[in-house]
Amino acid sequence: MIVTFTINGEERSATVAGWESLLTVLRDNLGLAGSKNACEQGECGSCSVIVDGANLCSCLVMVGDCEGTTITTVEGIAHGSVLHPIQQAILDEGGVQCGFCTPGFVITAAHLFAANPNPDEEAMREAFSGNICRCTGYGALLRAFDRLAGDGT
Amino acid sequence: MDFLAAGDLSTALDARAEHPEAELLAGGTDLMVEVNLSYHRPAGVIAVRSCEELLEWEGRRIGAAVTWARLEDGPHRALAQLARTIGSPQIRAAGTLGGNVATASPAGDGLPWIAAIDAEIEVASQRRGTRIIAWDEFFVGVKETTLAPDEIITAILLPEHMPVSQEFAKVGVRNVMVIAMVNCVVARGEDGFRVALGSVAPVPIRAYRAEEMINAETSISDAALTEFARIVSDEVRPISDHRSTEAYRRHASGVLARRLVERCLAA
Repeated sequence: MIVTFTINGEERSATVAGWESLLTVLRDNLGLAGSKNACEQGECGSCSVIVDGANLCSCLVMVGDCEGTTITTVEGIAHGSVLHPIQQAILDEGGVQCGFCTPGFVITAAHLFAANPNPDEEAMREAFSGNICRCTGYGALLRAFDRLAGDGT
Repeated sequence: MDFLAAGDLSTALDARAEHPEAELLAGGTDLMVEVNLSYHRPAGVIAVRSCEELLEWEGRRIGAAVTWARLEDGPHRALAQLARTIGSPQIRAAGTLGGNVATASPAGDGLPWIAAIDAEIEVASQRRGTRIIAWDEFFVGVKETTLAPDEIITAILLPEHMPVSQEFAKVGVRNVMVIAMVNCVVARGEDGFRVALGSVAPVPIRAYRAEEMINAETSISDAALTEFARIVSDEVRPISDHRSTEAYRRHASGVLARRLVERCLAA
């Protein structure tokens, strides 16, 4: 089947088997390899993307169910070559170690700050509870998000 | 048939009648794990998460495709509590109560709530219309239900008299992304306490003997609560598996049930 959706502001189509995961199609059919494939069971959050306003694990979304949806992946977060404030804050605080979880954290942060520009620590910890950093670099990530919340960005 | 995203119930029911071999897809948080990890290729998929009838939540009728994210903010205390313990925010934005019921995992966190309040499962088929099934006639084994191959779960129906207080707790290895070793709901209504547990039998169960014992007490003493917990531990039928042991599950069942009775009393 052919699925058509809007990804990062651009209309894209792909010829897929309906049961394939959105993650597979993003990475293998559409060349968007920013979303990472780590656990394939929704445990780690490294494949997080925003679909029609919901932050979802794209490994658990069947692509056949995405017809007509609006999707934001990590590739759609920066403005051209200018980093999004979330990305800049993570960079400034040294919030990237191996980097594998980073796209998921960026998406979850974008989703959180869009709904609540000034989250407290509890709201942040709750929002990020579905994103795992195997390097355990949570301190730097939380400092980055805390700085953003302080800025009211 | 490859994939059908049904926009309304009648489209979904027609497809279900015509393609009983197809898998039903709601939030996908169980089905996709199976697809990803077992390379299982469904013979066809009928997606129901956009069926308007299944998204409605009004009064005593909770549409089957209502997500945990919505339930988390809802008015039923134990349901909101348990919804918050499911998966992660990403999982709760996708997973549904109807999907939990359909999967019928012994550990399904929504199931003890359904058992504790004596909710019913509303199902529909193109040929026979709507059928309402008592929860204890719906869950019959590990991931086994009495849903017919041409039926779709449409709603969870709540009883006319809801409990005055209701509390949920579960035991797992962490606070997020955890499947219960034991989960428990205690509901207190005008007829007394009802105690339901999951992950301790092939299906969600009620601790009827323990209920009878505690509901016969005129004032609930510490000794009565100790005896109540002992009966709960005795009444559950857990196994040892990769997640926990029979002994621990028995112990935790009694501890949780007692704690929740105390919370209901304090409410």
